Amino acid sequence: MTAITQPMAIANRRRGPRLGRIGLHLTIGILLFIWLLPTLGMLVNSLRPAADVSRTGWWTALGSPGSFTTENYAHVLAQAGLGQAFINSLFITIPATIIPVAVASFAAYAFAWMNFRGRDALFILVVGLLVIPIQTTMVPILRLFRDLGIAGDFLTVWLAHTGYGLPFAIFLLRNYMGGLPREVFESAAIDGASPATAFFRLALPMSVPAIASLVIFQFLFVWNDLLVALIYLGASNAANLPLTVLVANLSNSLGGEWHFLMAAAFISMALPLIVFFGLQRYFVRGITGGAVKG
Amino acid sequence: MDDRLITALIVVIGVPSVLFGYIALTERLLMLAPDHWRVRLRPWVWLAPAVGFLTVFLVYPTIYTLYLSFLDKFSKEFVGIDNYVYFLTTSDTLIALRNNVIWLVLLTFLAVGGGLLVAILVDRVRYESVAKSLIFVPLAISFVGAGVIWKFMFDFRPPGQAQTGTLNGILGAVGVDPVPWLINAPGNTVALIIVAVWIWTGFCMVILSGALKGISTELLEAARVDGANELQVFRGITLPLLLPTIAVVATTMVITSLKAFDVVYVMTNGAFDTEVVANRLYKELFAFGQPGRASAVAIVLLLMIIPVMAINIRRFREQEAIR
Repeated sequence: MTAITQPMAIANRRRGPRLGRIGLHLTIGILLFIWLLPTLGMLVNSLRPAADVSRTGWWTALGSPGSFTTENYAHVLAQAGLGQAFINSLFITIPATIIPVAVASFAAYAFAWMNFRGRDALFILVVGLLVIPIQTTMVPILRLFRDLGIAGDFLTVWLAHTGYGLPFAIFLLRNYMGGLPREVFESAAIDGASPATAFFRLALPMSVPAIASLVIFQFLFVWNDLLVALIYLGASNAANLPLTVLVANLSNSLGGEWHFLMAAAFISMALPLIVFFGLQRYFVRGITGGAVKG
Repeated sequence: MDDRLITALIVVIGVPSVLFGYIALTERLLMLAPDHWRVRLRPWVWLAPAVGFLTVFLVYPTIYTLYLSFLDKFSKEFVGIDNYVYFLTTSDTLIALRNNVIWLVLLTFLAVGGGLLVAILVDRVRYESVAKSLIFVPLAISFVGAGVIWKFMFDFRPPGQAQTGTLNGILGAVGVDPVPWLINAPGNTVALIIVAVWIWTGFCMVILSGALKGISTELLEAARVDGANELQVFRGITLPLLLPTIAVVATTMVITSLKAFDVVYVMTNGAFDTEVVANRLYKELFAFGQPGRASAVAIVLLLMIIPVMAINIRRFREQEAIR
């Protein structure tokens, strides 16, 4: 049924009066321009020699194409260990995204669709944990990792990022799963489906938009994380350090040289943007709509 | 190289199989239990991994923090509520508290409102995914990167010199004197909040847009066929259905403003009356060597969130009642 109604719906939405459409495009255009202007400024500056950056505004360079250089990017890409750091970042980020999203979806399902004593109190506690500043947890946790003899392993950051990411993940998924229609789960139970089957066949597929946003954010936070990697990996095992640490060292050892940092920031944001773009197709209308009718 | 290969295998195959193996195995074990016990135990089986992680990584350190907050700077002598008294009677920390209130109001309102606006607007155009990706860009840049970007936006040179900051460049073009954005209080706190709004609007947009896609098209079409205009459709259908998600996003933004740290740390480090509570915590812990005071700050943050959570739970109860 979605296959038939969707194109019609889109056609209807696009019908509106012509003037309204122009206003809509104009509003979006202005918003996008304001949002992009700061980044555009940095992109231009990252392509200029350091001396120019501190002397004149970035917009002056737009008039003289000859003043651009790729030197900053070349410097960052020539850093020793860049490829290794990139692979480390992937090794850290992929499990540190999969584990919390899976664990949170189990918990969210229990919070949304199972009855048990103390459910609300436990849920308040879980979401209340969102407010705990990560910095305050690091000393006791690091001591724990040392005692267990795993300090410096990838495992430590997978576990730590899971712990830190869970409150938000559970909060978001419980809200989404709780909003799914009761009839779906009731009819599944009548048909003899176990809670596990209902979870894998119904709750999970119907929550795809929420899971997709969660994957994006968790990926992003871990990918861009500096502090957790520095504390749990950095002290014990320099071979496992991710891209962010390499970039941070790059600007430190050169006394906060912004022009390298700018180039590095653009290189490092490429992958999160690809992930975001790739997951766009899961933000589509009608995933729940189809299941509800069924 | 061998090590890398093993790690890659663990990453791609090991981790997912452990996770799904856990549910498959425990469900099989539950089948062996008597009916009565199965129903009672099942929620805890599903919650156990989450509860385990949260206990080790957040609850245990917090209890430890609570304990430290009653001790002196060497974490030896018991000092009662001295650290809390210090926090609530020092003018620096009171300024931080006031600034957090400004953050809370402005960031929550602007980021959620902006995210909602963008989600609804781009839902109606063909280049939706491109537009959303562009609003999302600030989030993909690390906080340090964002700090550098906005230093160039707010950069200030005395009048007469060539301005390198974008905002003062624009002012110069229309003949207005440059403004030291990050120095004049309380405008500088607003300037920092604008940086946070620039980052977090994309976050709100993604989640709200996801919820927007969950609203059934038939419902909206039915309303339109019945003659409702777009504003009526929005107020009568879209907004009420989005409300639970708006609450989640707003709660997250409230917590983000209470924890606001990175932007302040990178751009002003709390100078010129821009201090916030989390930056204060960081300073007490790492610069002043005052773990007791830092712990008290963390506990105050934790207490501030309780009213917000109370509202959330009431909302969940209502949702429960109507579904």
